[in-house]
Amino acid sequence: MELNQVIDILNAKVVAGNASNFSVEKGFCSDLMSDVLTVDTDKMLLITGMSNLQTIRTSEMADIHCIALVRNKKATIEMKGLAMELGITLIETSFSMYRAVGELYASGLQPVY
Amino acid sequence: MINLKYTIEGGNFTNAGFASSQVKKTLKQLNVSTKLIKNVVVALYEAEVNIVAHANKGEIDVSISPEEVKMILTDQGKGIKDIDQAMTVGYSTASQKVRAMGFGAGMGLPNIKKNVDLLTIESNVGIGTTLTMIKKLI
Ligand SMILES: Nc1ncnc2c1ncn2[C@@H]1O[C@H](COP(=O)(O)OP(=O)(O)O)[C@@H](O)[C@H]1O
Ligand SMILES: [Mg+2]
Repeated sequence: MELNQVIDILNAKVVAGNASNFSVEKGFCSDLMSDVLTVDTDKMLLITGMSNLQTIRTSEMADIHCIALVRNKKATIEMKGLAMELGITLIETSFSMYRAVGELYASGLQPVY
Repeated sequence: MINLKYTIEGGNFTNAGFASSQVKKTLKQLNVSTKLIKNVVVALYEAEVNIVAHANKGEIDVSISPEEVKMILTDQGKGIKDIDQAMTVGYSTASQKVRAMGFGAGMGLPNIKKNVDLLTIESNVGIGTTLTMIKKLI
């Protein structure tokens, strides 16, 4: 799925990085970073309500290039800076986790498991 | 042989992951495969976060040769009383602060073990812990 489509579906705003020519194949949601670090999938969208610098670090280690922050969580300046430096696209949506994953799943974004 | 050394501050969740990030950059420059890099840095990052979460301070020593990446993490802190118990999925003594950062589910050590070829843990209660991890590159 094109990232632009994800953004559309979630009514999201890009707050760091680039959204064009960017696609994700699967979605995974968790607020637990240790959980994210067990997943071994390429081109994965991370959907999370955990918004801090370690969310970005975790994505760096796990080769995740796009993070959707749900339920109105705002990325800090430091998070945006680090995401930019690492080539990670950060988007924010006011949708709840339930609604965000529900809409994405219904639109065809595949689960990891 | 490349040697990298980092000092880790207990409780500092702002800098957590910096050492792992530098190691990742170095391995990329050395053209190590994406998959092996991910194994190394996921293990190293969980171990680095463990020092931040569970110890007072520590040091990370990484040596990279064409054959393997060897990582030694030594910390001063409360140590681990029962290492088998600590290796069990779900066992955690993490504080509320650590949990609020997205860690503390007792998944770190088991995931470290899964990602490296060799993991040894030595610990003295009240003194500190040393983790030695080896990932083979060939
Ligand atoms: N460096 C360390 N110093 C002291 N205790 C540790 C250290 N690393 C791990 N532990 C102990 O082992 C437990 C399990 O570690 P881990 O599997 O990484 O889970 P978590 O960090 O989420 O609690 C910790 O909760 C802690 O009690
Ligand atoms: Mg841990």
